[in-house]
Amino acid sequence: MSATAQAASSSHVRGAAVRFEHVQKSYDGVVLVVKDLNLDIAPGEFVTMLGPSGSGKTTCLMMLAGFEPATHGEIFLNDKPINNVPPRKRGIGMVFQNYALFPHMSVAENLAFPLEIRKLGKSERDAKVKRALDMVELGAFGNRRPAQLSGGQQQRVAVARALVFDPDLVLMDEPLGALDKQLREQMQYEIKHIHESLGVSVVYVTHDQTEALTMSDRVAVFQDGVIQQLSSPDELYESPQNSFVAQFIGENNKLSGTVTNVNGDRCTLTLDDGTRIMAEAVNIDGVNSHSTISLRPERVELEPTESRDNVVNGIVKEVLYLGDHLRIVMSVAGNDEFIVKVPNGGRSVTPVEGQSYKLGWSAGDAKALDSVG
Amino acid sequence: MSASSTELSHSQTHPAADPLTRDGQPLKKSLARALRREKLRALLLISPLLIFVLVSFVMPIGDMLFRSVENKIVADTIPGTVRALANWDSNSDEPPAESVFAALANDMMLAQEKKTHTRLGSRLNYDQPGISSVFRKSGRRVKKLDNEAAKAAFVAINPNWDTPAAWGTLRSTVAWPEQFPMTAISFRHWVAWLQSEEGDDADPEAMVPHGFTYASLYHDLSNMPATSLESLATSSNTDAAALFEGIADQLDAFPSDDFKSQFADIDKGWLRVDNWQAIKRLSPRIVDSYFLAAIDSERTDLGIQRKPDNERIYLLLFVRTIALSLVITCSCILLGYPIAYLLANLSVRASNLILILVLLPFWTSLLVRTSAWKVLLQQQGVINDLLVWVGIVNDSGRLVMINNMTGTIIAMTHILLPFMILPLFSVMKTISPTYMRAAKSMGASDSLAFWRIYFPNTIPGIGAGSILVFILSIGYYITPELVGGTTGVFISNRIAYHISSSLNWGLAAALGTILLVLVMALYWAYDRIVGIDNVKLG
Repeated sequence: MSATAQAASSSHVRGAAVRFEHVQKSYDGVVLVVKDLNLDIAPGEFVTMLGPSGSGKTTCLMMLAGFEPATHGEIFLNDKPINNVPPRKRGIGMVFQNYALFPHMSVAENLAFPLEIRKLGKSERDAKVKRALDMVELGAFGNRRPAQLSGGQQQRVAVARALVFDPDLVLMDEPLGALDKQLREQMQYEIKHIHESLGVSVVYVTHDQTEALTMSDRVAVFQDGVIQQLSSPDELYESPQNSFVAQFIGENNKLSGTVTNVNGDRCTLTLDDGTRIMAEAVNIDGVNSHSTISLRPERVELEPTESRDNVVNGIVKEVLYLGDHLRIVMSVAGNDEFIVKVPNGGRSVTPVEGQSYKLGWSAGDAKALDSVG
Repeated sequence: MSASSTELSHSQTHPAADPLTRDGQPLKKSLARALRREKLRALLLISPLLIFVLVSFVMPIGDMLFRSVENKIVADTIPGTVRALANWDSNSDEPPAESVFAALANDMMLAQEKKTHTRLGSRLNYDQPGISSVFRKSGRRVKKLDNEAAKAAFVAINPNWDTPAAWGTLRSTVAWPEQFPMTAISFRHWVAWLQSEEGDDADPEAMVPHGFTYASLYHDLSNMPATSLESLATSSNTDAAALFEGIADQLDAFPSDDFKSQFADIDKGWLRVDNWQAIKRLSPRIVDSYFLAAIDSERTDLGIQRKPDNERIYLLLFVRTIALSLVITCSCILLGYPIAYLLANLSVRASNLILILVLLPFWTSLLVRTSAWKVLLQQQGVINDLLVWVGIVNDSGRLVMINNMTGTIIAMTHILLPFMILPLFSVMKTISPTYMRAAKSMGASDSLAFWRIYFPNTIPGIGAGSILVFILSIGYYITPELVGGTTGVFISNRIAYHISSSLNWGLAAALGTILLVLVMALYWAYDRIVGIDNVKLG
């Protein structure tokens, strides 16, 4: 897996399963929905396009599938340009948002459909259908109609149908959106395991960050038709490149101020109320530029016992008991929605609303992002 | 409280079989009671429509359909004749005996008084052409028939026969009316005739009946077994015994009015065996003659047979109606499918515009639309003019597109097209475009994806549209009437003719019943083959 990530990080490698080169897309000739997209996907990789609705992620998927033409740029599939290849000749498996199982065919007929088109013999067809159904643990459901299956079962059939003709690449367009939370989590693992055992490349579109973090080798975070960050899930969470990514992935406290000192990868910010904060310089423009510090709530310690790079006072506004942790809303350095998560270790002090407490965190957890000149 | 009621329910004889409510009532019963109120309220809501439909629709239609077999006019108008004919062998070559003619004279006396004999003649004429004039002619002259011979003979044997008391005595005997069936009918007729002639003041108790009734009495007596006659003459009722004394010996030599030859003098038709066969055949109150006529058949002395070729019409019309309806349904599918597809797949704005164009004919009067087709299709019409102008046909070879089958097909396809488009449209709208995308992503070409994925999902719409169009067209009347000429008319036009022109309602009802059964059979077959739950109207 590390090899895959490595290969993907250097651009324009030979042998990419999918490559977007300067792809742009506009529906109305006025607004660019996708602005200059460049993306390489290695064979066998699981890449998720994550973003809020309208960010261009589904458009990218549709261009890759061939249902939408690219306005500019070129898309390559196994190093062959496919802009002029119709969808049916691309050989891409696809799982649709509402499954798109053919209602007039049984489950087995649904799975056999792509095989029939490929003119496989009956026995070979049956064997492949059986194998695909067994893979999603629906071996006994071949004769049912899609309407007779539960949502989760239909989902699995859709996955099996996208894989039954052994495509190199499978596209999934928010396939778990219609399922309830528990089923969704279960399906995430199943899809992940199927991907691992088959070794196909998967491009997965979702707006659910948990889904993206759980399943992907790499996640492309979309916003306004631009990939904001493309990296592995842990990197995405630990080292967001800008405040949109930091905000979109997980929870995040923002503290804005002016950079007063830069020293290697460390810098010092003076917040609007005069507080000085040591932070990691991720994405700043040098001294005197404006910047925003991004800080994960669980990295903040309440009443720190050891010495910390940063120690700031905060006033407790609200305490929520969430079982495994306490969620405390505080007023810190002018930010009235500063959130602190305190693990329920049994020993910790119970904060009292209206009281002032010391908060501490290390400079490496505070990321200085988004310089504005 | 709850503990005690639990104990109570456990102490019941069937503790586990039926669940009980807390007061020990069976749960099912309580539920039914709770639901009954709601059901009654629901029924109350639909009751105005239900009553309206029953009174103005179900009952008249039921009555109309019943007319296809109902035939009480014969038995009601000439009951005596029908009774007397029971003894006549319709396969014999001889017209019936004198007793039948005596009964006919009796029946006709009242019928002409009530003016019902012409209606009977018309009814019989449907099955026996020509018989209506026989009845009409006889009605005028039946009053002048000689009928005094039998009465004179009775009075000669016993003068008391000329007194009202004699008839009072006869009618009080235990044998009346069972042993004097014809006399009883005749007497009843005479009373009705008398009251019709002289008003309700006339007192039949104070008069003796007319000679026809004496003739009937003679025929009843001569048909009686000897023992019955004897027991009459020796009955304990001395008045009655006196009346019948000596009659038995003279019956053989009784004078006759010879109604048979008198009727034959009025019209030779009364001696024709086929006329009498028709009357006898149509005597029952329920007959199948209308249905036989509706399938170009008739009942002859050889059984049920097809009518001669030149008299056949209805089977051809049924076949033509069904065949043309199928052609119209198919052309509606062919023309309507692409439009419905456009409607379902264009933008809302464009599809609304097309929908208005589809519905526009709906808002125009049927008559106007049909007349417009006359203007367009006739030989000097717009289309022919255009074809001549373009030079596709020359002026002498103008196409005949109206007043024939072509006209019916074109006009009806146009009129029924919306009934195909609308269900198709509503079904197509529910078909997600991702089905086609999915099929294409799996490698299907456009046409393969259409035929394997899209088309099968539209079949419920085709089914619904076809049922609508087919059933509407099979009973269509106005358009074939106006543009069908002779080769393009439907069975419904013939039904309308019998309802309003020939007034043969029985035949119209039989044709209608066959049409109804045919449609229901097709519906049943459709349900068996396609499944009616596969039909979607929206």
